[in-house]
Amino acid sequence: MTILLDPTAERSPAIRPRLARPDRLDGKTVGLLDISKPRGDVFLNRLDVRLTERGISVKRYMKPTMTRPAPIPLRQQIGTEVDLLIEGLAD
Amino acid sequence: MPDGLPNGLIAVVKRDCPTCELTAPVLGALARAGGLTVYTQDDPNFPATVSPIDDHDLGVSHQLGIEIVPTLIRRENGAEIARTYGWDRAEWERVSGIAGIGADLPAMRPGCGAKNIEPGIIERLKVRFNQTGLLARPISLGADEDEIEAMFDRGWSDGLPLVPPTAERVLRMLAGTARDPQEVIGAVPPDLAPATVEKIAINAVMAGCKPEYLPVVLAAVEAVLEEPFAMHGVLATTMYVGPVVIVNGPVRRQIGMNARGNALGQGNRANATIGRALQLVIRNIGGGRPQEVDRATLGNPGKLTYCFAEDEEAESGAVGPWTSLAADRGVPAGKSAVTVFAGFGLQGVVDQKSRTPESLARTFAECLNAVHHPKLAPSCDAVLVVCPEHARTFHAAGWTKARLLEELAILCRLPGDDLVAGARGIAEGLAESARGQMIDKFRPGGLLIVRAGGGAGMFSGIIGGWSASGARGSAPVTKEIKP
Repeated sequence: MTILLDPTAERSPAIRPRLARPDRLDGKTVGLLDISKPRGDVFLNRLDVRLTERGISVKRYMKPTMTRPAPIPLRQQIGTEVDLLIEGLAD
Repeated sequence: MPDGLPNGLIAVVKRDCPTCELTAPVLGALARAGGLTVYTQDDPNFPATVSPIDDHDLGVSHQLGIEIVPTLIRRENGAEIARTYGWDRAEWERVSGIAGIGADLPAMRPGCGAKNIEPGIIERLKVRFNQTGLLARPISLGADEDEIEAMFDRGWSDGLPLVPPTAERVLRMLAGTARDPQEVIGAVPPDLAPATVEKIAINAVMAGCKPEYLPVVLAAVEAVLEEPFAMHGVLATTMYVGPVVIVNGPVRRQIGMNARGNALGQGNRANATIGRALQLVIRNIGGGRPQEVDRATLGNPGKLTYCFAEDEEAESGAVGPWTSLAADRGVPAGKSAVTVFAGFGLQGVVDQKSRTPESLARTFAECLNAVHHPKLAPSCDAVLVVCPEHARTFHAAGWTKARLLEELAILCRLPGDDLVAGARGIAEGLAESARGQMIDKFRPGGLLIVRAGGGAGMFSGIIGGWSASGARGSAPVTKEIKP
């Protein structure tokens, strides 16, 4: 019988169910995350206008660079300040 | 001490050892005196002067920690109290407690290496006796399971068959480094999982590395995990890039890397497997896989493996040899190092007519200015791989590498009017603010030059980089190779 050594990190991915999608945005705070990719701001600015028109509270965030994961303090800040987050992923 | 071993005198011998043959009469005499047990590593009938016990599976030899044959041991009450090896009459008299043995033999003869510590055997014995010290999870395959297919099925492969990482092979691989198998080299993205020397060795086995390549693999892993390299982004980007490994220093020749004909191509085991091992580490330890966190649109064939050596010994001119990439990046002479670069593919630089450095530098610049897009600047870092027949033109004219870089910096400075969006009938381009400006194609320090390639052919090459080069993305990283 052949025995091989596991080349992986031997991790079991933690499966976390997504939060239930809200029926409506009334009373919610929506975060808009710019990942510092060109023209992401065009998309997010438009969303900002549309959401604000509807009386929805909007908070803006920005990653220092799209080439690295968001810094942990930024992730924590977003997690504590908003109910939903919209991210402009690509140009 | 191991169980099941007799008290009294124990001798371990093999027929394929002249000193063991020499001592056969002495062993016979000791056996007649009583209390001697002889274990034989190869021929179960040797020596004919005693009734030996067959130890060709080497279990007893391993338990006794035999390194040289013959070895003579005295044990009392289950514990060893004396040992000697080779033939040394005084020592044999001391261990056996019997004077005057082997009086007709020379006073001393060195022994031979024991079979149980031969490469390939010692690893098998450590596995058998559960002494590997390895912590990776063992995965037992089914009796009828094909091991190559099993590795594909478990998602460990880059698309090509892998070498099965058995404990024996991993132990042999680990012998290639002095580093502790449990030393953590870094956290591998995207999962930020710790990469121990042992886990990297497992992946190096699968890639097909020889043990002597492991220090280069470890340095390459260390380099890509340095923060400035931004391995997470290099993996996750939609662009083509992957880590390109360039090796400098004595290690290139020690492990037989190719810096000459077809240096960037196939056919050299070290070049091919070191780059592959690095990619397997990202895949298996870090969890970075295509169409998952790796979002590459096209990727490039170098994401299977992209590793070569610089030809530091290539022909040099009146001003001496060009400095090596490692020297340019601060590595002391005589040391080996890897430089990792987030790069892709190879863009040819064909010039068979230039015979002056001025003309050839212009060819280089024209080709460099086209990297990514002729209208994008600064576009990305790049590695210019200069072939010997091109390098010769610079050497003959006394151009150092620094001189060439200075000239290229001038020639790769472009008028913004030609680069703005819409100019030259092309929508791609820079913002209007570039108009009236001179724009550098490369950031300061963003162009690296190395020499490689075969002696015939005026064909240099450009390894393009990531549009996010430098501090905002990935910068080249150089690491010295540790034993």
